[in-house]
Amino acid sequence: MTLPATGLPERFAAYELGAAYDEMFTPEMRPRAHYQTLYESLLELPPEEMRRRQEAADLSFLNQGITFTVYGRDEGTERIFPFDLLPRIITHAEWDTVERGLTQRITALNLFLKDLYHHGKILSDGVVPRELIYTCKHFRRDMRGLQVRRDIYVSVAGIDLIRTPDGSFAVLEDNLRVPSGVSYMLVNRQVIMRVFPHLFRNYGVRPIDHYSQALLATLRALAPDNHPDPNIVVLTPGVYNSAYFEHAFLARQMGLELVEGRDLLLHDNVVYMRTTAGLKRVDVIYRRIDDDFVDPLAFRPDSMLGVAGLFNAYRAGNVALANAIGTGVADDKAMYAYVPKIIKYYLGEDAILQNVDTYLCGDDSQRAYVLANLDKMVVKPVGESGGYGMLIGPHSTRKQQEEFRHLISATPRNYIAQPTVQLSCAPCSVDGSVEPRHIDLRPYVLHSAERTTIVPGGLTRVALTKGSLVVNSSQGGGSKDTWVLFDPRDRIDGETSRRSFL
Amino acid sequence: MLSRVADSLYWMSRYLERAEHTAQVLDVNLQRMLEQAPRHAARRWERVMKTLRLVKTKPEKLDAFTLTSELTFNPSTRESILACMAAARENARQVREQIPSEMWEKINKLYLRVKSATMEDVWRGESHEFLSGVREGIHLFHGITDGLMNHNEGWHFIQVGRFIERAQSTAALLGAYGPDLVNAADRIADVRDYFEWVGMLRSCMAFEAYCKVYTADLRPERITEFLLLNAEFPRSVHFSAIMVQSALNAIAEFTGTKKASRANRLAGRLRSMLGFSQIDEILGEDLNTYLDDIQHHCAQIHVATHQIYISYPIESALAS
Repeated sequence: MTLPATGLPERFAAYELGAAYDEMFTPEMRPRAHYQTLYESLLELPPEEMRRRQEAADLSFLNQGITFTVYGRDEGTERIFPFDLLPRIITHAEWDTVERGLTQRITALNLFLKDLYHHGKILSDGVVPRELIYTCKHFRRDMRGLQVRRDIYVSVAGIDLIRTPDGSFAVLEDNLRVPSGVSYMLVNRQVIMRVFPHLFRNYGVRPIDHYSQALLATLRALAPDNHPDPNIVVLTPGVYNSAYFEHAFLARQMGLELVEGRDLLLHDNVVYMRTTAGLKRVDVIYRRIDDDFVDPLAFRPDSMLGVAGLFNAYRAGNVALANAIGTGVADDKAMYAYVPKIIKYYLGEDAILQNVDTYLCGDDSQRAYVLANLDKMVVKPVGESGGYGMLIGPHSTRKQQEEFRHLISATPRNYIAQPTVQLSCAPCSVDGSVEPRHIDLRPYVLHSAERTTIVPGGLTRVALTKGSLVVNSSQGGGSKDTWVLFDPRDRIDGETSRRSFL
Repeated sequence: MLSRVADSLYWMSRYLERAEHTAQVLDVNLQRMLEQAPRHAARRWERVMKTLRLVKTKPEKLDAFTLTSELTFNPSTRESILACMAAARENARQVREQIPSEMWEKINKLYLRVKSATMEDVWRGESHEFLSGVREGIHLFHGITDGLMNHNEGWHFIQVGRFIERAQSTAALLGAYGPDLVNAADRIADVRDYFEWVGMLRSCMAFEAYCKVYTADLRPERITEFLLLNAEFPRSVHFSAIMVQSALNAIAEFTGTKKASRANRLAGRLRSMLGFSQIDEILGEDLNTYLDDIQHHCAQIHVATHQIYISYPIESALAS
């Protein structure tokens, strides 16, 4: 296919390149090699047909009840997580770097947590300031000296990556507590295989189905040594939690019981679940409840979601939790700035994946810089997730900036700032036409004493509003399927004839 | 199986059965109404309320439109189709990882359909189409349940819920028509009696099945016998009691619970009571007392099942 001399075909008339890296087009508006097939297929797909397939996909989500609960509106408002039809494609070589970078990062962070909760050598050596740890609200004193099974603190992590304007991947934040979204990664794949079966087959996309098995193996590795058939459960806050669909989905995929706090009880520091045949002992809990709510006796006393006495059983070594309690200290957004140093300290290696420049408002000179440049920066509270409580400088009003000026001055430790990063753009289906939207990528990292598993891809989140840089589902973001391609050398290339695959 | 899961499956199934029953009763009565003089209408709708055990609810007006709207869409009317479907779906949602995805999708779709329908659609359009659509959706759900779900404890809890609800519904239907049946026993039936009895049988989809056993010769004592004591018709009280008992036995075996005997004894007693009763004896004494006895038994089985499998005290569980 040749491009018309006058630039892009009509299909892409609305496609404008900005300052950000574009996943599909080079700066000269030529499709990149690995997007060529998708590009050509899109040219041949009539807008009505694209709309029809989008509707079919949306309906499929609704009928399957793949929804999340929106907080702060009518109780139990369920919404589908908007799904964008066009896949995001990552080459084999790109993924190779990401995979090595994430493995390195998770290994170092896990060692860091172990050190923090035992001897604190990294603090004595002055690599990470002691004060930063003790002022972090996710640091749990109760975990000091506690022996965590197999020394695994983080079993499941979701690391948010972005692609910077030069095309390289960088880490935006680490999620080491209870990262969510992996079910959407799995479901998006199922839907897209139904919507674009031929395109999918001909592209040579690496599978992700084994995520559930890998997660199960990761959890199983936390069971007591001599236990042939450990009882592993998934602990959910319940049906009104925004991620309930995911909890149920993972439990079913792994064939585990999905329990709520009220299904569990403690007796002699042993955790039991209430079954129709009586009480049954629980060995490993994949908990999808935050630290604060896990045990009303140990943490927040007003929690109705957790299990009274669970922490004691944990301390006694009678039950394993994934993730461990207190991992939030390592994904604190201020700690993030130190991760390259942490990697160097424990592994003696340079970080493979770069960080985004980060200013700690707790530091006087850095704060001064931030306050002087509020209109250019993104300000984030250190202990939050889900995109709540952020200031996006360039898109903010003077009033909002003043508000943040006060907030930062009042509790400087609670804020960090980063230059506004232009997340990369990818083609999205917008009412039958194709337009660029900003995206990020959250791969899911499974970490056990034996191995680190990262299924190729992850959740590509999309800022659906034109020009917006916020991709969080709670803030109007959507998602799309992520295709990591096989190494081209491994492919048997009998079939890649040049025709449309849609 | 988690106690909470068993509880949700049980209620999911009960609510579905209730939705089906409401849809069927409403459908039949809306059709009957067309063939009837308007002056009899109020009495008809009073009886519908009694059939659905809604004696305490007093709608403002007892007419077809008000009641159809009430029984279809009012979320706070316990027996309304929307309320039952919402409750069934909510229970299914709580255990969606325990049931095959197809079951969940079916119930979710059906709920979304009922929720998005309006009284306008139902009234102006074809009420029959809508109501039979609900019923068929539920039948399909049960087909999926039987065909795809492991016939384990959970499946048996679904059976218990479904058939306890059905036993109570059919008994309530008999209670609502009871006075008419008893009065008519001593005289020759006229066209109007015949018309009502067909409606009654249709209210639990029993007309064709009845004819296969007794021919189209409708007699009050035979109708009562058929709906109460017939062991082969799946909507009779006797059949329901057999199903409840066998499901409870299966659950006791699955769980190996020694304390199960109480629920099983109650279920066995209900079944025997129905198995060894004679229709002339029942009618000779008092039909209403007999029906009350059935309702009471069902309630006791419900409570016993709950106490044994779901809300048992922890001490007793640790001791065993």
